[in-house]
Amino acid sequence: MTEWWTYTLTDLLLFSPKTYHRLFELYNREIWPAQAAALVAGVAILALLSGRGRQHGRAVAALLGLGWAWVAWAFHFERYATINWAATYFAGAFGVEALLVAWWGVVRGQMRFERPATARERIGRLLFGFAVLAQPLIGPLAGRSWIEAQLFGLAPDPTTVGTLGLLLAMSAGPRWQLLAIPLLWCAVGGAFLWAMRTPDALVMPVAGLVTWFLAAAGERSVRAVNARRVN
Amino acid sequence: MTYQDRFARRRRFLRTLFAASAGMAVPTLGVAQERPVRTRAIPATGEALPVIGLGSWITFNVGNDRVARDACTEVMRHFLAGGGRLIDSSPMYGSSQEVIGYGLAKLGMPPQVFSADKVWIGSGARGPAQVEKSRASWKVARFDLLQVHNLLAWQEHLPTLFALKAAGRLRYVGITTSEGRRHDEFEKIMRSEPVDFVQLSYNVLDRDAESRILPLARDRGIAVIVNRPFREGALLDRVARHPLPRWAAEIGCDSWAQFILKFIVSHPAVTCAIPATTRVDHVRENLAAAKSLPDEPMRRRMAAYVEQL
Repeated sequence: MTEWWTYTLTDLLLFSPKTYHRLFELYNREIWPAQAAALVAGVAILALLSGRGRQHGRAVAALLGLGWAWVAWAFHFERYATINWAATYFAGAFGVEALLVAWWGVVRGQMRFERPATARERIGRLLFGFAVLAQPLIGPLAGRSWIEAQLFGLAPDPTTVGTLGLLLAMSAGPRWQLLAIPLLWCAVGGAFLWAMRTPDALVMPVAGLVTWFLAAAGERSVRAVNARRVN
Repeated sequence: MTYQDRFARRRRFLRTLFAASAGMAVPTLGVAQERPVRTRAIPATGEALPVIGLGSWITFNVGNDRVARDACTEVMRHFLAGGGRLIDSSPMYGSSQEVIGYGLAKLGMPPQVFSADKVWIGSGARGPAQVEKSRASWKVARFDLLQVHNLLAWQEHLPTLFALKAAGRLRYVGITTSEGRRHDEFEKIMRSEPVDFVQLSYNVLDRDAESRILPLARDRGIAVIVNRPFREGALLDRVARHPLPRWAAEIGCDSWAQFILKFIVSHPAVTCAIPATTRVDHVRENLAAAKSLPDEPMRRRMAAYVEQL
């Protein structure tokens, strides 16, 4: 297809909002009681964040990687791809993120969460808590059915926002290698929601921009500290 | 004789039978048959085609949702029972092709269906495989019409489609565009290639095609399918705030949808418009739009009225 600049977001939307939300309804019915397991996993991560040490970080990374792998396969590849051919590529990207999280956090043990000392780390924990406990409520509060609720570890949007929170909460600071795919999904997923005119369309772009800002600001301050040390 | 050849012969026979009985009430499809819809001749063959078709962009892309698939089947059932024939889809439209195939199978593969699909892939070499996959999704022996979607790799796909037609595995060949894109290139292809159909966007507000494309189609004997008649609903949203003019009753308009469709299909170069819907009442409303059409002075009045809203 040429002349991409003449296409609007709406032109690229292949399905109706009704079909998209119904996809979550059918998904939630088919995977029950995975929702209970996902909620337990989210709360377990919150609890693990209170602990210290490398093993806690490994456990968080393992649960997080599992969530990305599940969303890649069970949601994007198995279900979303039936109405959006691009979802096959989304599945690939989510699978890559699952591997990156597993490599960085589980194998190398680089995801560590010490007692939050900085504003960035606190905001990261808040963002994660929002993804697990509050984001699933947005749909029902916006008038959609409870059965269409999107949960952390099962649906792409709260999984992405939760991941951004955890990466911000890392004591060593977020890694751009791990941030790239979640930030990209904030743009892509947000664009789809915007084209569907859903009331929660701004959640993903705002979460992405806040993370981008805090990650970039953190990087600048680290560089400044290092420069002072050198001088 | 292969299975496909036998199937195609049987389908041709049933199509002839259907054409011969077009004026009779045939109790098929499980719903009462209505009056035949107004038709226009396809210039290449003279075959009569109802001026209201059925699009599948967005509306039929419902994935594996059985309830939604059955609702789409009902739309097709009432469309065909109401005299409609042409159903249009594309590999670009997600699960729409499979949903059409599901519905047609459930309706017993009605012989009157005029299957219109597209080839949409950047590689000419992979075109035949995509066409075959689309055909399998529709569950038809062959397509009536295949179009190059949005002119994508048209130089490579058109020879393939013409070869299919020459071999009797396809009845008509066409090209498509939408929302006024690449009309210059579109026009060049219409002048240089023996296409039977063109598909483009045209409505009471988007009338670029009136200046060159539609007259050229008449001159060269090319059938015209009009897509996105309601600008994917945006045009209806825009006019819905206003009441229909009283004089709309003179041309039998009950709704803005009929007003817009009547304007489109009353252009003498237009063969068929393909509104998409998920609702049976809208199918009936759309088909009813073809019963009486405005003349040229009325068409000008309609365009002027909508422009000033």
